[in-house]
Amino acid sequence: MNNAEANDAFLVKSYMEGDEQSLSILINRHQQRIYSFIFSKVFDKDIAEDIFQDTFIKVIRTLKRGKYNEEGKFLPWVMRISHNLVIDHFRKNKRMPKFENSGDFNIFSVLCDSGLNAEKQIIKDQIEADVQELIKELPEDQLEVLVMRIYKDMSFKEISERTGVSINTALGRMRYALINLRKVIEKHNLVLTN
Amino acid sequence: MAKLYSRKKLKTMSPKKETINFLLNYSKALKISTYKKLEFESILN
Repeated sequence: MNNAEANDAFLVKSYMEGDEQSLSILINRHQQRIYSFIFSKVFDKDIAEDIFQDTFIKVIRTLKRGKYNEEGKFLPWVMRISHNLVIDHFRKNKRMPKFENSGDFNIFSVLCDSGLNAEKQIIKDQIEADVQELIKELPEDQLEVLVMRIYKDMSFKEISERTGVSINTALGRMRYALINLRKVIEKHNLVLTN
Repeated sequence: MAKLYSRKKLKTMSPKKETINFLLNYSKALKISTYKKLEFESILN
């Protein structure tokens, strides 16, 4: 019997025996019906394409495993698989609805990712590392106050208690620390902005 | 004049060629081997 005219049962059998050409004939024979059926449910070409592909992946795996019971119902069996996959698709969508951007309203105008992107994060890390190096140039007393205030988040009252100077002196040291830091930045022509 | 509706070709719907090719290649690459009661799937690509 010519392969192209052979019935489904014969093609399925020869495919299970290793004839890849039979699968090609089977797919070509039924693709239109199966694809149209899927499309009639999902109304989206890409989704229909995906489900069609998944359907035949299941078919191929079942046939290769030799788990298929030939009862002359190849097409209804494939249709049933695609039907189940369509149901799975809708179930998945129900659990996790997809928002389609349509019309004037753009969801991204109200939703945004406030985190930095990879590039900005790297720049931020570099700047912070540079600043940590720069403050080492400050005189010891100013450095001490600046570290306590900025990195340890202590109040000036706590700083004055810890360092044994008045609050005003601590404030003054902080002020000079910042002034000196600016001078160092200017001297080295550094740009420390993201 | 009467319109010839029968001339109008129905738009047929088929999956993309790439999808079909993918499936045929997948089928060629998929090998299922059994050992005792275990089944192993391997993609020979």
